[in-house]
Amino acid sequence: MITTLPAGSAGMPPSAHPGRFGDGIPAAAAPDGIVEVRGISKTYGGGVEALNNISLTFPEGALTSLLGPSGCGKTTLLKIIAGLVAPTAGEILVKGRRVTGPGPERSFVFQDFALMPWATVLRNAAFGLELRGVARSEREAVAERYIEAVGLKGFEHKYPHELSGGMRQRVGLARALAVNADVVMMDEPFSAVDEQTRRRFQEDLLRLVAQERKTFLFVTHSIEEAVYVSNRIVLLSRRPSRVQRIIEIDLPRDGDPDRIRRHPDYLDTVEDIWQGLRHYVE
Amino acid sequence: MIGTGMNSLSTPPATVARAARFRPLAALVHPLTLRAVSFAIALLAWEIAGRWPVSPSFPPFSETATAFVALLSDGSLLRAFGVTLTPLAIGLAVSGAVGVGIGVAMGLDERVEWFGVPIFIVLQAAPLAALVPILVMAYGIGLLTKVSIVCIMAMPVIVLNSFKAVRHAPRSLIEMGTSFLGTRAQIIRKIILPAATPVIFAGLRLGAAAGFVGAVLAELLVTPTGIGDIITYNQSIADYPKMYAAIAAIIMVSVGFIEILGFVEQRFLRPETRRTA
Ligand SMILES: Nc1ncnc2c1ncn2[C@@H]1O[C@H](COP(=O)(O)OP(=O)(O)OP(=O)(O)O)[C@@H](O)[C@H]1O
Ligand SMILES: [Mg+2]
Repeated sequence: MITTLPAGSAGMPPSAHPGRFGDGIPAAAAPDGIVEVRGISKTYGGGVEALNNISLTFPEGALTSLLGPSGCGKTTLLKIIAGLVAPTAGEILVKGRRVTGPGPERSFVFQDFALMPWATVLRNAAFGLELRGVARSEREAVAERYIEAVGLKGFEHKYPHELSGGMRQRVGLARALAVNADVVMMDEPFSAVDEQTRRRFQEDLLRLVAQERKTFLFVTHSIEEAVYVSNRIVLLSRRPSRVQRIIEIDLPRDGDPDRIRRHPDYLDTVEDIWQGLRHYVE
Repeated sequence: MIGTGMNSLSTPPATVARAARFRPLAALVHPLTLRAVSFAIALLAWEIAGRWPVSPSFPPFSETATAFVALLSDGSLLRAFGVTLTPLAIGLAVSGAVGVGIGVAMGLDERVEWFGVPIFIVLQAAPLAALVPILVMAYGIGLLTKVSIVCIMAMPVIVLNSFKAVRHAPRSLIEMGTSFLGTRAQIIRKIILPAATPVIFAGLRLGAAAGFVGAVLAELLVTPTGIGDIITYNQSIADYPKMYAAIAAIIMVSVGFIEILGFVEQRFLRPETRRTA
């Protein structure tokens, strides 16, 4: 089942929870969404208007993708939600509280990994906890668990330069998961890897999302990737960005990955988004 | 000959044996071997140039080495180092601690930067030997003057490198630290300083080299003591091998000290650089 909401109803709660999470989530968690974006605009110092009056709701426990052309302001929006960039206008509410800076309920996976080259995989993955003053043995135990969860067991004592781009991104993911935030933001986490690895990562991500039961905000500019991993896709238009369209996706995620990629709904949605974008480009 | 070669190619065990036999070739291109070879070539060139001779005041390596052993065995070289190294050690310790401190502060705070950068850029560009007479007038010919000369030589490059290192700490890592709720102090200690370490140490190595120059300069320009005394004395009696032996000795100590700095950095501060090196 695929639902397309017009952009105007962006603030409306989704009618139903995505099936994959159905069992574990209390029905009351959804109404306003865990992250509320209200009238956010951002104009950079040089006069570049990146975002223009964006309003959005991110439902709890779901993976929402921001999909849009390069330079449309996806990273900017994510960093505003993360509290790393101040908006020119508008406000962000996370769990009902106004965002004024980074907070413990949010964590970030950076587009450029942002790993410390002088620290091992283990220390990098545990770094969020280290900054929070968690005792060494405790934080390393947690980090080890997440290093294993992202498939890097055995690499704990390697340094980032000894890893491939994809493996480095997994360290960044382990670090973001280890602090146990409610909202995990990922900025194009798979853009640095080849197509094969990317598909495997997408499958791993689905498994992690199901295990962790957190809210994921995911930035990508791949339509296929967005449709494959998301419960909901927010299509952003060219700069200055506005919400063009919101698409709810409900694919049977528990089966064989190839079956999902051949599922008529999957193919229809990819085609549908592509047609919409093409229409927009022409 | 050819037959054996073909034979060994066609039978696997022989190929393995061949590979094992050729391993010394790998040792030949090992960095340490290459260093030793380039060192030997330089010494050989020195020997040839000295015997040619390029100039009567330029002794060959062999004579210099003999003079070095003589200076070492009669204890005069060690005594001289004791004298020279005192202002040098004090000067380098002060320049290192104060220089890194000022440079890091300039990198962290723009107000300190505006105050400090012009001073140290001027100091770095100035011909510092010209300041020596002024220092002698101000502080006399004692230890303080010599320490000041070492500091003046060593400090600017240490300060400017530390400043640049801190200023160029990767923004994305700092942003990462902020997003994981690091305090300003944590971000400085756990991100900015480790990121700056390689460039700070490059500055320390350059500063140490400049400090050695300063220490010898002080002894040549202020009062001849220590190594400077051996150099000027042997120059005046035309015992050039001994003069060169003293110069070579101070160069060796300088290089040794700079190598130790590099080792300390790799061993204790940036362990990941060790595996690639
Ligand atoms: N710090 C900055 N100062 C000035 N302009 C900026 C800054 N960061 C981003 N911009 C501009 O804002 C616009 C949006 O940038 P942003 O990085 O958010 O885009 P994006 O959608 O993430 O792009 P991509 O898909 O290429 O990562 C771009 O035109 C960019 O040039
Ligand atoms: Mg981006």
